[in-house]
Formats: sequence, C-alpha cells, structure tokens
Amino acid sequence: MHEISIVTSLLSLVEEELAKRQLQKLLVVRVRHGALANIVPDAMSFAFEALTLGGPFEGARLELEEEPVVLRCSCGASFNPEQKRELLFAPCPACGATWGHTVETGRELYLQHIEAE
Amino acid sequence: MEIPVIRNILEANSNLAGDLRMLFIRHGILALNLISSPGAGKTSLLERTLKDLQAEFRMAVIEGDLQTDNDARRVAATGAKAVQINTEGGCHLDAAMIRAALAHFDLSELDVLFIENVGNLVCPVEFDCGEDDKIALLSVTEGDDKPEKYPLLFNLASALVLNKVDLLPYVDFNLSQATHFATRLNRGLAVFEVSCRTGQGLHTWYDWLRARRATKKTT
Repeated sequence: MHEISIVTSLLSLVEEELAKRQLQKLLVVRVRHGALANIVPDAMSFAFEALTLGGPFEGARLELEEEPVVLRCSCGASFNPEQKRELLFAPCPACGATWGHTVETGRELYLQHIEAE
Repeated sequence: MEIPVIRNILEANSNLAGDLRMLFIRHGILALNLISSPGAGKTSLLERTLKDLQAEFRMAVIEGDLQTDNDARRVAATGAKAVQINTEGGCHLDAAMIRAALAHFDLSELDVLFIENVGNLVCPVEFDCGEDDKIALLSVTEGDDKPEKYPLLFNLASALVLNKVDLLPYVDFNLSQATHFATRLNRGLAVFEVSCRTGQGLHTWYDWLRARRATKKTT
C-alpha cells in the first residue's frame, strides 16, 4: 500500500539523475528490492504506471529485481532461507539454530539503473 | 544511454529522519513511534499514559489517521498537546509529515513525543520518522500469530505492549506463544502485558518509559 510513496520518491530521484545528464526521455528504470522490503511488485508497477501517466515519463518501463535474503547465524554461517514465509527464523544449515539471525541482505530498496536518451 | 545509479529510494525520508533524530537529541526529547493494527489500543494507551505521567513529563502527541480527528480529540482531552495529521488515505506517516507537525510544538518544552502511526502493521515499519524507538502494540483480541505474520515490526521494535489482557479468559489468544515468537525474533524486546481499560500492568510500561527517558535527558 505504501508503493505510491515509494514510486513518488523513485520518480524524483530519476528526475534528478536525468537533469544532471541533460537527458529528456526515460526508457527504463530498474529497481532492486530485498525480499524483506515489503514490496508488492504488482502494486509497484501499478503505482508507476499511474504516476507517470500524462507526464514526461509516460511509457517508461519499470523493471523490478528481487534481492534474495541472506541471513547470518550467530555461529558465523551465512545462508539463504528456503521458505519464503520463514525469512527471519529459518534453520541454519551449519548448526541448526532457528533464531537470532541477523539480516545481511534482503531489506534493500534502491534505484539501480536508468536507461534514457 | 544506460546509467548505473544505485541510490536508496527512500534516501530523502532517511535523511530527513536523521535530521529529526538530531533535533530530538538536541532538545533531549524521547520520541516513540507507536505501531499496531487498527483497534489494538494505541490511543487508549496514550490516554492512560498522558494522564498517569502528566506530573512527571511534558508530553505531546502527533496523531496519524486516515480521516477524522477523533483520536486527537481524545488525546487532547487529557490536557496534552496533540497535532493531527490526516494522511487522506495514506497508509503511514513519514519524516516530512513529522517535521511539518513539529512546527506546532515548542520543542524546548517537551520531554516525550509520541507518534501515533496509522493503524497498519506493514507500511509504517518502512518509514523512519526519526524516532528513538518503535513500540509495537498487539491486543489479545487479535491473532496470537501476528508476530509470525508480520515479523519485521516485531524484529525492529524496542518494546511490545500486549493490550487487553483483562479479556484473556474470554479469547483463545495464547500469550506465551505470541511473546515467545516475538522475543525470539528480537532478543532485546521488552514485553508489557497490560490492560488500558483496568490499568493492569501499566506500571511496567511506565517504568520502561522513565528509564528510556532518563537516557535522553539533556544536562
């Protein structure tokens, strides 16, 4: 539901980046989002379409890439939790501990790449 | 032309939240961001806290709601200053809204600022408001698997207030399961079992508030 706010921030970053390079036409925006960033891709795409409609970025394409979750167990092992629903409390393949992991990647939300002319 | 960028999409919010955090430090204000689903009792907890601690702290509230100022009026009835933010359908508060609301307060006359976020367990977690702590609220009339379903909030919160415990005999809420899950997600989580209706357990929450506030006091 907060995707509208996210896309609004995204579009202002894109505007800045294009202005810096004196580019006019936006073709592609690529966003990388962690699996723990609470992003619903369909809602992002919908927000992007709605917020660019009738403006200078109309017709640009939003590409979304998911960054997998990597957890670090207190035993030192890093691993990908297999089950999506158990992202924060998956068993560690090295020692079996289920809890107390720290999130190494998976919370990111960043603009990765723009194509424009 | 391809342009690699790598910029945090929420950087504007994060930067602004960082500014607010500095502002709160400068004024020695403890800022707490209350997050729960609708109806868990955020406003009731505030009504109690504002009344019971009014002799100890100078407190104020920023109220986030989709519509209406009902909650702000309830809070203002305790005598505390309340500023209402209507998000007009928006699902969370962000740092810019907090900054705008702060214009209504004299920060030098404030010890504790409560931010009552929009009732929602997902979106508010993503937007830093410059607070010192996120406080999660959960009531026993909800499912005891909320920490399991919405792990991020319980992972990031400093404290969990379990409200409406006076209703435990009448509901199927498994208190130990809910707290067990939440405290394993977050070992530092302080848990308070309270009833804002009867006042049960609230002293434990107040003690935590006092201790937390003491760490922020300017000398």
